[in-house]
Amino acid sequence: MKYAAPTTIDEARALLAADGDAIVFAGATDVVPQMRGGRPEPSMVVDLKKIDRLMSVSLDGDTWSVGAAVPTSVLTADAVFTADFPGLSEAAGLIGSDQIQNRCSLGGNLCNASPAADSVPALVVNDAIAVIAGGGGERRVPVAEVVTGPGQTSLAHDEIVVCFELARPAAGTSDAYLRLIPRTEMDIAVVGAGVRLTLDGDGAVSAATVALGAVAPTVVRVPAAEAALAGSSLDDAALAAAAAAASDACNPIDDKRGTIDYRRQVAGVLTRRAAGIAADRIRTRNGQQGDS
Amino acid sequence: MSRTHVTCEVNGDAVDFLTEDGESLLNALRDELGLIGAKEGCGTGDCGACSVIMDGRLQCACLIFAPEADGASITTCEGLASADELHPLQQCFLEGAALQCGICTPGFLIAAKALLDENPDPTETEVRYALAGNLCRCTGYDKIVRSVLEAAVQIRTPA
Repeated sequence: MKYAAPTTIDEARALLAADGDAIVFAGATDVVPQMRGGRPEPSMVVDLKKIDRLMSVSLDGDTWSVGAAVPTSVLTADAVFTADFPGLSEAAGLIGSDQIQNRCSLGGNLCNASPAADSVPALVVNDAIAVIAGGGGERRVPVAEVVTGPGQTSLAHDEIVVCFELARPAAGTSDAYLRLIPRTEMDIAVVGAGVRLTLDGDGAVSAATVALGAVAPTVVRVPAAEAALAGSSLDDAALAAAAAAASDACNPIDDKRGTIDYRRQVAGVLTRRAAGIAADRIRTRNGQQGDS
Repeated sequence: MSRTHVTCEVNGDAVDFLTEDGESLLNALRDELGLIGAKEGCGTGDCGACSVIMDGRLQCACLIFAPEADGASITTCEGLASADELHPLQQCFLEGAALQCGICTPGFLIAAKALLDENPDPTETEVRYALAGNLCRCTGYDKIVRSVLEAAVQIRTPA
């Protein structure tokens, strides 16, 4: 197996185009365990961490650009990013240990295409766009459209996710991500739930997005839960309806982490709680702005 | 098969070695450089026994391809002690009986150093989260956590 560390996107794509068995990696936190687990070694591993654009985080006007290979510990340590996307930051901070978060990346978490990837529901609720470099230049794709099934993406072999674009949240907007695992750290989601809310001046929900992880072959966006929250004042009836809609949207598997019934129920509970956290964050921020 | 030449800095010393491209940094440290402190526990980034600090970031050496280390600066547990004095973490682990079989100890020491480099006065909870990527099957962790907290005190207030 060869190792290559290109410094440009074009160079990386040329390596992939020339070798149908080559794979890209950033932190290798999934790639190495998969090889250890018996997946055939590729002919080449292409390290993306020497490409500046994949390793940079920037805020240009109202748009964040997060390099696909940036270690997630960089994001969780970024106070401005975390204030804009507290749910995404906490999802990134749930992936493995400090050792892992110093290597793992949003691009890797997405393209590994695990149904249980923690950062993906949080990216989806924030309408993140994946910027993908390919033969025809760059295309911009909603994150929810990248993964097509467990371990499967819509990327061509010589396409690379370059970065994620995230619009700064509008006024009165915040997000939250909750994950259930049987222990405190170092486990894979039984269920993950991301919620983003926008509250109007009266505290009513003017917009809501809900996405679930680990309950279906891909991350699931839940329009019925979003509709239940939108227009409500987050009263019990609206939260119960959103929870029921989240449970209904699940298409989970039975495995050692949880049964189908358990996952369905937990998806509803986490959706409801995450909505409450997102709303609390908005109210806290509004309160701080009112004080200043 | 041709081997790749890697030049880097390990524990302050300039070193170079030859490696197969697919080799892990952990094996290169152990087999090419004779630094056998870092251990392979799981080989998949779960146990932390191979922890090193590379370019200022705590990482599992089993997940790093050896050629990635070219140009990097690496600290292993062998780099903790000075010429004739143990690092406070090492001394506190000894005095606090924070090890039994010792396999996990180099990884814990490095993870604890990475924590204290960033946060010289951690709470017990912060220590426990910072060490969540290191597994120990002997101690039950309590003596490790207490030893790290004691080392933090000693580093902040040298005798």
